Amino acid sequence: MPLRHIARAVLRGPVSEKLAAPAPATVGELAARLDAASQARLGRSLAIRHVDAGSCNGCELELHALQNIVYDLERFGLRFVASPRHADVLLVTGPVTRNLVEALRATVAAAPDPKWVVAVGDCGVDGGVFKGSYAVAGGVSAAVPVDLVIAGCPPTPAQVLLGLRALLEANAG
Amino acid sequence: MSEIETILRGAEPVPCAPWSRYVLNPASWQALAAAAAPPMALWADTTQVHALYADEARNLILIASCAVQNGRYPALSPLRPGARWFERMIADLWGHAAEGGVDARPWLDHGRWPNTLPMAARPGPPPLPPEPPEFLPVPGAEEGGDLHQVPVGPIHAGIIEPGHFRFSCLGEAVMRMEARLGYTHKGTLGLMRGKSPRAAARFAARLSGDATVAHSIAFARAAEAACGIEAPPRAAALRAVMAEVERVAVHLGDIGAIINDAAFSLGLARFGWHREMVLRATAAAFGHRLMMDVVVPGGVVTDIAPGGAEALREALRAAADEMPALARFQDDVASLADRLIGTGIVPPGMAEAFAAGGTVGRAAGRDADARRWPGYPPYDTLSFAVPVRTEGDTDARVRVRFAELEQSMAMIQALLARLPEGPLSIALPTASGEGIGVAETFRGDAWHWLRLDHGAIAASFVRDPSWAHWPLLEAAVQDIVVADFPLCNRSFNAAYSGVDL
Ligand code: SF4
Repeated sequence: MPLRHIARAVLRGPVSEKLAAPAPATVGELAARLDAASQARLGRSLAIRHVDAGSCNGCELELHALQNIVYDLERFGLRFVASPRHADVLLVTGPVTRNLVEALRATVAAAPDPKWVVAVGDCGVDGGVFKGSYAVAGGVSAAVPVDLVIAGCPPTPAQVLLGLRALLEANAG
Repeated sequence: MSEIETILRGAEPVPCAPWSRYVLNPASWQALAAAAAPPMALWADTTQVHALYADEARNLILIASCAVQNGRYPALSPLRPGARWFERMIADLWGHAAEGGVDARPWLDHGRWPNTLPMAARPGPPPLPPEPPEFLPVPGAEEGGDLHQVPVGPIHAGIIEPGHFRFSCLGEAVMRMEARLGYTHKGTLGLMRGKSPRAAARFAARLSGDATVAHSIAFARAAEAACGIEAPPRAAALRAVMAEVERVAVHLGDIGAIINDAAFSLGLARFGWHREMVLRATAAAFGHRLMMDVVVPGGVVTDIAPGGAEALREALRAAADEMPALARFQDDVASLADRLIGTGIVPPGMAEAFAAGGTVGRAAGRDADARRWPGYPPYDTLSFAVPVRTEGDTDARVRVRFAELEQSMAMIQALLARLPEGPLSIALPTASGEGIGVAETFRGDAWHWLRLDHGAIAASFVRDPSWAHWPLLEAAVQDIVVADFPLCNRSFNAAYSGVDL
């Protein structure tokens, strides 16, 4: 029964893992890009909206993993939200297919300022293996300005978390 | 002589391994579609259209081809409903029109590419400015009618692939849902063209990242068949280990996500934990959490790392230990049963009509599994059951996943216990020819076909099992309430990228 499961979990204690701190260089670089006003307004919490701009779905698997009890994203003040209108950060995956350029731009435009666009995965960086195809624009920056890139195919949850925490630290000043 | 033999008599078989391709005249092309089980896929090259048949009842696998004349070929969609989406895709990519087809609306081409007909011998002119997509008329949904329309997507409110769903609703009830996909079209077939199988394997591995291993196996087997080689036994065994680990990892993630969509978050927490532990063991064993690019034509690129087998065994044992308790939730938790049972029923006969495989087909009574038939190494040496149910609802799709988890976990243990010795791969000769490969992804049977010209891919096609699942989803969500759509959609977990190519 569920109750027995819950009781066992309580006795065992949390399974979420401690995480290494992001490199000071990354934090400094990002901090320089954030203005004081936005820091004051947002504090140490970021609402994240994921946008799939034509990914193979590999990156999505690892973004899902961020929400599992091992990485437990929310304890860092990071939270996935359902609408771009609630978002501070747009986490964009995929090489940006031409069929999604307009939808991506509209989603980014729908997020209130200040906002940050994070390109996730080698595809998001420059189109990855799909670079040069007639059907892709070739990376997130081909469609919207990008503030941070997290490379990897797909990047591991730990890598994504590190990138997001760097953003958070920079944000907190 | 059987009806099919009569149709094929006199047709010229084109060398294709391990199953032949026959070039048929237009009348035979249509007669075969009527006589055999529904085709798995239709696709084209610059001069012909092709249809893949895999008819288990007749133990028959073949590709039928028909010459395109004046830009047209006889449609199969009036005979076989599943052909409809393929015919639309063929028109968009190659420009061949399905004469007499039931649906001439574009599919992949949203009017955004630099040129139309990207796969044609000569690419078409630039597109006209994009127009709003056209949806099938639904009685009552017209202006002033009783139904209201709910457009959803392409960008969805979760971590999920993009696609557009158009719901026509009467109050809360869905009268009809039509999916419009193609948003993630990356031009994969175009990228494969001209590359060696080794170079093109990267695209097969990224057709659908959640099924990267199984698609890589199907692609590799197609390339190996075209070259007349077979990967060494150790490679075949390691591929199977990876494919079953992939299935286990996805099913763990999927079951957790499905029951979470039914508001049972404890399940998500436990399944998420086990999935993570399996992925970590996988990274320890094969160097990559999703095992991308490990399977290549000719074999595999890396051996299982020292300690990898133990790590996998350990993670699987922990998952297997908790699985009976987690499976019992489905019976014991009334709120869960209430959401799952009778929700999103695939109508009887549809799985057969669309040749739907995987958990979707098997939960709706279609007893098919590419590992058993036609089969491929090393599954012929393994014993496993193929769980089948007939209810066709979300509950059945979850139960099939649980049963498959158990089978796959046992298979992995058996494979790891006796990995054959020997080389990991053999070199692919520079060859010309055609090959077909099949592998059972967690979604069902994936088929790859390619034609090599002096070692370079001249033409190819990839049939992800989800081609059959989207039409079934549209049918299954008729009469549900809109709020149950995410649950149904998740229980299908059809690929977007996999069918958008
Ligand atoms: S970066 Fe890799 S995993 Fe992510 S979408 Fe691109 S191909 Fe898929």
